[in-house]
Amino acid sequence: MKNRLLEVENLHVSFHTREGEVQAVRGVSLHIDHGETVGIVGESGSGKSVTAKAILSLIAPPGEITHGDIRFAGESLRGIPERKWRTIRGNRIAMVFQDPMTSLNPVKRVGDHLTEVIRRHRGLGRREALAEAVEMLRLVGIPEPELRVRQYPHELSGGMRQRVMIAMALSCRPELLIADEPTTALDVTIQAQILDLLKELKAKTSAAIALITHDLGVVAQVCSRVIVMYGGMVMEEGPVEEIFYRPKHPYTQGLLRSLPKRGGSSRERLSPIEGSPPDLRSAPKGCPFRDRCPHAMAKCGTMPPMVEVGEGHRAMCWLNDTDAQSDDHAGSGTEGGEGNGG
Amino acid sequence: MADEARPLVEVRGLKKHFVKGRDIWGRPTSVLRAVDGVSFHIRKGETFGLVGESGSGKSTVGRCILRLYDYTDGEVRFDGQDLSRLGDKQLKPFRRRIQSIFQDPYSSLNPGMNVLELIGEPMNIHGLYPGKEERAEVIAGLLEKVGLKRDHLYRYPHEFSGGQRQRISIARALSVRPEFVICDEPISALDVSVQAQVVNMLEDLQDEFGLTYLFIAHDLAMVRHISDRIGVMYRGRLVEVADSDELYDNPLHPYTQALLSAIPVPDPRAEIRRIRYEPHDWTGEPAELREVSPGHFVALS
Repeated sequence: MKNRLLEVENLHVSFHTREGEVQAVRGVSLHIDHGETVGIVGESGSGKSVTAKAILSLIAPPGEITHGDIRFAGESLRGIPERKWRTIRGNRIAMVFQDPMTSLNPVKRVGDHLTEVIRRHRGLGRREALAEAVEMLRLVGIPEPELRVRQYPHELSGGMRQRVMIAMALSCRPELLIADEPTTALDVTIQAQILDLLKELKAKTSAAIALITHDLGVVAQVCSRVIVMYGGMVMEEGPVEEIFYRPKHPYTQGLLRSLPKRGGSSRERLSPIEGSPPDLRSAPKGCPFRDRCPHAMAKCGTMPPMVEVGEGHRAMCWLNDTDAQSDDHAGSGTEGGEGNGG
Repeated sequence: MADEARPLVEVRGLKKHFVKGRDIWGRPTSVLRAVDGVSFHIRKGETFGLVGESGSGKSTVGRCILRLYDYTDGEVRFDGQDLSRLGDKQLKPFRRRIQSIFQDPYSSLNPGMNVLELIGEPMNIHGLYPGKEERAEVIAGLLEKVGLKRDHLYRYPHEFSGGQRQRISIARALSVRPEFVICDEPISALDVSVQAQVVNMLEDLQDEFGLTYLFIAHDLAMVRHISDRIGVMYRGRLVEVADSDELYDNPLHPYTQALLSAIPVPDPRAEIRRIRYEPHDWTGEPAELREVSPGHFVALS
C-alpha cells in the first residue's frame, strides 16, 4: 500500500431527477499508483466519467456523492473546503475533457489560457508565465509555439486544441492527470499523435494518468493497467495483458469478442453482446450484467464478490468464486463454465 | 453475390463546391472544394465502404447521391438513369429506391411521432400500403425484422435506447422497399457492446432484401468487416479504391498507409510491434486514379 497515489473506496454518486434517484456510481473502489497509466473502460452510462468528476469534486446538483471516501496522497478529499480544493484541482490533479472545441474560451488567446493557470498556481509573473506557456506548448509538440500563444482557439485545428488542453493540464506538473475521452472527437491519425504524446509524457514526467475511454484499442496502446466498468460498478481490473488475454468477467469477454477480428477476413459474423445496458433509474439488484450474461445463474440475483483471480487481477463474478461454484451448480440452468475471451 | 454486368450506382467526376464568402456584388470570393472530382461505382448487392477523416468529403458524397445537395459538376447514375438531370417530380421514384440512415438516432427521429407514424411516414409520401390495418401489419413485421417488438408500435422515441432508436431508423428506411441504402456513420453514436448487434442486423437485412449499401464511417476496423470494396477519401478526392482485404493487406497510397497504421488495435502485444506511418510523409500533387492490379486503383503521380 506504499505506492498509492489515489484511492477511491466504495464511492456512490446519485443524481436526483424528476423520475427519481439515478444511481450513476454504485460502490466503486479503485486505486491509482504513482506514475502509472490506468485505463478506465466502459460504455456510456457505466459511471466512468461521473467517477472522474467525483474525484475532482465536480459533481454539481442535482448530483451528489452519497457515500464513500476518496484519498489523494494519503489525505481524504471528502468534505474539504472549496478554498483548499483550489490548491489541488488544476494543480495536483488536472483534467482533460473530451471536446477540445468547447473547453477553450473563444475570446481568449491560447497563451492567456495557459498563463492564467500558471500564474494562479505557481505564482509566476506575467513574463515568466508566458515563457513557461511557450515551453509547455513546445513540450506537447505544437510547432512555432511563440506564434501560437498569440492566436485564438478558432485558429487551431482540433488536434492542436487538444494539445493546448493537455499543455494546460500539465503546466502545473500535476501528480495525476485525468483524461476523459481525450481522443474521441479526433480523427484516427490525430488520435494516434495524441496517444503518442501521452506515451511520451509518461516517460518524460512522473505524472500518473487515468485514461477514460470506451475504445479498447486505445487502452491496449497506452495503459499498463485496466479497470472495466459497467452499470456504475467495477466489473474487473487487472494488468493490461491479463485483461486482454485472460479476461475473467463475462462482460469483458463479451466486449473483446464483439470486435471485428484482426486479420480475419471481412464478412465474418460478429458475436455481439445481446440486450442493452441497464437503466440506472431502477438499478437491478445483484450483478448489473445479469440480463445480458450468457452464464447467468440463480445466484446472480445477489451481488457477486470481487474475487482475486490472478496477480493484481480481480473480477466481480460468481463464476470465479470457487466456493460458490461447487454449491450452486445444481440450481443453475445455463451455467457455461469458463468462457474463452478474445 | 455482386452482379458484374452493370453497376447499380455510378458516380462520375462528382464535384461539390461550397461558396464560403461573396463580395458586395454577390460574386463568390472563396470556395470550399468539399468534393473535387470523385468517380466510383457500386455493384448491385455489394457494400461499398467510404472512409476518410472529418472534412474529407465522404458525407458530402453521400448527400450528393441522395440529391440533398445540388452538386457543382459531374453525374450520379442510378440504375442507368442520370439523377442530376431530373426534376423533383421525376426524382420521386428514385427517392423511394434510395434511402439513408444517419449517425445520430437522437436527432433523426421526430420526438412527437410514435413508432407507427415514424415508420409510416415514408409510406405515406410514396403512397404504399394505404389500408390502415395492412400498414400496421407490415410495420409490425418490419419491427420484428429489426429486432424490436410488436408492442413497441405506439411508443415514442424517448422511450428507446440509442441502439433501439437506430433500429427504428433502419425500419423507417426499409419501409419503402429500397434497393440502395446510404449508411452515414450508422454505428458511431452507439455503445460498443451494441455496435456489433446493429452491424450483424444490417448484414442480415442485406442478404434478405438484396440491398446495396454505401457505408460511410471512420471506424476502419468495422468498415473492413462490413465492406466488399472500400474507397479512401482525402481532401475531397478518392486516393485509393480496392477490395477491402486487398486494401488492408496491401495499401499503396501513403495516405491510406498512414490512416490504416493509425488504427489502435485491441491487442497489447500487437500494439508494441505496430509500425506507424506519418501522414505528412505524403505531399504529392492530386493525381488521377489508375488501376495497378485488377480492381485496385490508386492515385499516385
